[in-house]
Amino acid sequence: MDHVMHAAPPTPLLALEGLTRRFGGLTAVNRCSFTIEAGRITGVIGPNGAGKTTIFNMVAGALVPSAGRILFDGEDITGVPTHRLFHRGIVRTFQIPHEFGRLTVLENLMTVPASQPGERLWPVWLTPGTVARRERDVRERAEDALRFLTLWDLRDELAMNLSGGQKKLLEIGRAMMTTPRLVLLDEPGAGVNPTLLARLREMILELNRQRHYTFVIIEHDMDFIASLCERVIVLAQGAVLTDGPMDEVRRDPRVLDAYLGGGDENCP
Amino acid sequence: MEQLYGIFLYTVFLLTMGGIYAVLTLGLNIQWGFTGLFNAGVAGFFAIGAYTTAIVTTAASERHLGGLGLPPAAGIVAAMVASSIIAWGVGRMCIRLRADYLAIATLGIAEILRLVLKNEVWATNGPRGISVIPKPFEHLAEPWNQIAMLLLVVAVVAVLYVLLERVWHSPWGRVMAAIRENEAAARAAGKDVERLRIVAFILGGALMGLGGALMAHHIKFIELQAAEPITATFLVWVMLVVGGSANNRGAIVGAVLIWTLWSAAEILITGLPPEWAVKAAYLRIFLVGLALQFILQRFPDGIFRERRLRTVSSPSIKEHSPCRKCC
Repeated sequence: MDHVMHAAPPTPLLALEGLTRRFGGLTAVNRCSFTIEAGRITGVIGPNGAGKTTIFNMVAGALVPSAGRILFDGEDITGVPTHRLFHRGIVRTFQIPHEFGRLTVLENLMTVPASQPGERLWPVWLTPGTVARRERDVRERAEDALRFLTLWDLRDELAMNLSGGQKKLLEIGRAMMTTPRLVLLDEPGAGVNPTLLARLREMILELNRQRHYTFVIIEHDMDFIASLCERVIVLAQGAVLTDGPMDEVRRDPRVLDAYLGGGDENCP
Repeated sequence: MEQLYGIFLYTVFLLTMGGIYAVLTLGLNIQWGFTGLFNAGVAGFFAIGAYTTAIVTTAASERHLGGLGLPPAAGIVAAMVASSIIAWGVGRMCIRLRADYLAIATLGIAEILRLVLKNEVWATNGPRGISVIPKPFEHLAEPWNQIAMLLLVVAVVAVLYVLLERVWHSPWGRVMAAIRENEAAARAAGKDVERLRIVAFILGGALMGLGGALMAHHIKFIELQAAEPITATFLVWVMLVVGGSANNRGAIVGAVLIWTLWSAAEILITGLPPEWAVKAAYLRIFLVGLALQFILQRFPDGIFRERRLRTVSSPSIKEHSPCRKCC
């Protein structure tokens, strides 16, 4: 089995406490609480409208919760903006790929590293040598990521010309350009062909095993989730329906009900 | 011979004005071309620059504020500082707005500035404007004073071109293009989008103030008509769109080309019969609009397309098409 096994007791890296988000009269996330352990790959599943992406948006700082708290490594990060959370090690990808379309694939990755001296005007004009040295380091790191992602041949292609699956890989590449402590992947397998999906799965496992990235993955492809995650959190109507190993979750009648009474083809 | 000399002087004047407009267009290119900030209030920053240098460099007068009599260089620096401060203030208020709302907000702010300049007569001499603004090299004999002014403007444009090319092909340009392309992804990549946008807005605003200051010194007179949206905002936008957005060379070429067209249209309409005189001003705008249509039909991305950013790994600058797979 490909599951990642750890001998040490799990450490909660992320904890949601009574997290709630309302949009007008609609409660998208309703007093949702769960924890994520460091070093693990955790799946988040649920029918459409269950509040999965809304939770990601709140954890990543794109949405402010209506109530509740988000603790990251024991520290309250509720309402902290996205760019600051990135510097604390929280990196997210998007359900619909968000590439920098008119930048090349290589430049998409080179944009990511923090504190680049060349991102300020004075160093660009006054100390170009320092900027160029850092730029070489950033480029080497981006090239390594592109080789890992098998996107090397496309490095000088504009990102808007990539296929949907390649854009998904590019999103993972952006996460690799920093040292993330928590990577939130929002439907990484959506629209990706089976061959690329298998490669994507290998990459996630490799990043988890070798670089110890902690992943939380939203996904509708149950086989994909089952092959990656020991633990799965099932959401329905904005709250946690059940939480546990995939085998148990699959047998839970409440989960079958949540997925259209068990008749849906996506049903676990 | 006298006629040739007249044409020569007119050409020098035309190129000087084109160069000043190139400064304004380079400023707009930073905001719109690089960063995607829709500033519809170029005239406001232009006016701040022009009036600041006029107040700082003219001799003492009861008709308006200032009269410090400082040299034009000091006035130009003051103009850039003043327009930067205004840009910072506007940026703090409006930079989070979506492009179309930002356009409306900046348009409104520019009109407010224009009305303030018009009504605060004690400071600006109101609609009568400020005259006898010192011109660099005016002690030289004609035509050398005009040629020297042209060379000064060309030097300013050249220096700005070098500095802006350097930032565009640096991580600064890359992160600005990233913000323009996908704001949410830029935030998710840890970029402080608001701060970076304000920096771009201030830099662009400073160049617009510089353009205003150069104009005031060149024509030695500033009044509100010079800061009309049609000449100080609409024309600058046409120049950038025609030349090519996100391309510094395009901004300069577009400015000189459209200014030449604008001036040629003026010569054309002066030859019209008197009964057409009222309509002449509109005919001029119509001709520029027609030229814009014609050029965009031929060059949809402007004459110079956006150039791919040059990074350490790709030292050659290549132009890209919107979609190289299918086009």
